[in-house]
Amino acid sequence: MNLENPCKSTGEWLKGTGPLADVVVSSRIRLARNLSDHAFLASASHTERTEIFRAISHEIAATSIAARTALIDVDAADPIDRHLLVERHLISRQHLAAEGSRGVNVSDDETQALMINEEDHLRIQGLRSGLQLDAIWKDVNVVDDELSSRLPFAFDDKLGYLTACPTNVGTGIRVSVMLHLPALRLTKEIERVARAARDLKLAVRGMYGEGTEAIGDLYQVSNQTTLGKTETGVIETFTQTIIPKIVDYERVARQSLRSLHDSQVDDKIWRAFGTLTHARRISSGETQALLSPIRMGIHLERFRLFDIAFLNELFLFTQPAHLQKMCGQSMDEEARAIARADYLRQRLSKLPVN
Amino acid sequence: MSMNNVCQLCHQAKATVHVTDTVPEKKERHLCEECAEREGIIVRQHHSTNEILQQFLKHKVALSSPGEDAACPQCGMTFREFQVKGLLGCPNDYVAFQALLNPLIERAHEGATRHIGKTPCTAEQAVQKHTRLSRLHQELKAAVEGESYEKAASLRDEIRSLESA
Repeated sequence: MNLENPCKSTGEWLKGTGPLADVVVSSRIRLARNLSDHAFLASASHTERTEIFRAISHEIAATSIAARTALIDVDAADPIDRHLLVERHLISRQHLAAEGSRGVNVSDDETQALMINEEDHLRIQGLRSGLQLDAIWKDVNVVDDELSSRLPFAFDDKLGYLTACPTNVGTGIRVSVMLHLPALRLTKEIERVARAARDLKLAVRGMYGEGTEAIGDLYQVSNQTTLGKTETGVIETFTQTIIPKIVDYERVARQSLRSLHDSQVDDKIWRAFGTLTHARRISSGETQALLSPIRMGIHLERFRLFDIAFLNELFLFTQPAHLQKMCGQSMDEEARAIARADYLRQRLSKLPVN
Repeated sequence: MSMNNVCQLCHQAKATVHVTDTVPEKKERHLCEECAEREGIIVRQHHSTNEILQQFLKHKVALSSPGEDAACPQCGMTFREFQVKGLLGCPNDYVAFQALLNPLIERAHEGATRHIGKTPCTAEQAVQKHTRLSRLHQELKAAVEGESYEKAASLRDEIRSLESA
């Protein structure tokens, strides 16, 4: 992770590769852990917070985890840098908004981000593009074992890992998969998917997990319960049951859209491309909404001017913090809308449009 | 601005969802959540476990019973304070408030009361476990390549049980 020059690369989760990548954008696993010899953060004093931060970051530095990673002091970081970390899915909005001593240890390839002092003392996160939960679990499990042999994690034989919020107690695992479901939204079948997920006690939300908006047709499916199930059991529900099912629904919906309304699909894609290429001011939300039909168009082989990796660069670098970083200055919403349109025109006008 | 405040479909509820269509023509729509959901524009968030817990906690505050003002001897938090914040004060709260907390936990986790996942390990165990795991992964790869699927299946089960140990 290069905070100075973040627009050089997107990070692994936006590579656009991995199993089922035509529908599954990325997968994420996080484990919630706390130190048994400290209060949870809700009752921790300023000094205790700092002690927790030091203790955990010190032990991370002493392990093999520290190789090819960097510790970012989120409390001391510039506000734009903090937002940058949120846009790259390395920290949560809650971690961004929290106060006091806190940080994140990020691996160079951005497949691992250990948040210190978020809601819990430590949140071990792994993320990758496509459906790669088994590979992520392998990584996260190794980090957890290595740290658990050095740090006294709060653990109870009956209740498992003790967390600040009782809804995370047990395994402390949160598995979430980000899906691109434009066809299910267009054919209005998305509610069926949400129902199927709910039957399995999974939540379906917009991209940042909060509120109801699904910007750019991106949905996040995640588990809600953490007690009475093994980690691999939870992961299997995703890899064996729910995700392949949703991917099938979406693929069928895409094909039926194509066979019924090929010209309409093309029209949607090219109008989106036209707007992105010619707009003079454009919001981040509109950019993401317009990139959605193009993303689908690439996978349906209706659009060939650029690939998913290129699209994901536009997706990430047009977000407010990345844009400001790229322009080297802090800008208000209006200035960002103009700079965003300039950037898009500059990237897209060079393409050989037939 | 004022015409954007009421849902254009039902003309009753407050419009909180604002959509800009680009096809067939650029058009702004301002809808309430219910109509937007019916139109398939949004998927309403199913109440998260957190929200359910919060609601349940509020309900419990109204019916407060003795024992809720007893403080945890370690962090000093009372159960009533937890009900307001939704977050516990220290690991010992799980013991200090267990009579009041356990029914909540059971409810939040679909009736589950016992952890069956992994447990923390010592340094030696961690090393042993991961040496064994990487050996099993190698064997699994060889088994798949050699098309010994029965062996591969049993290796996979062994890896899984070791991973959640």
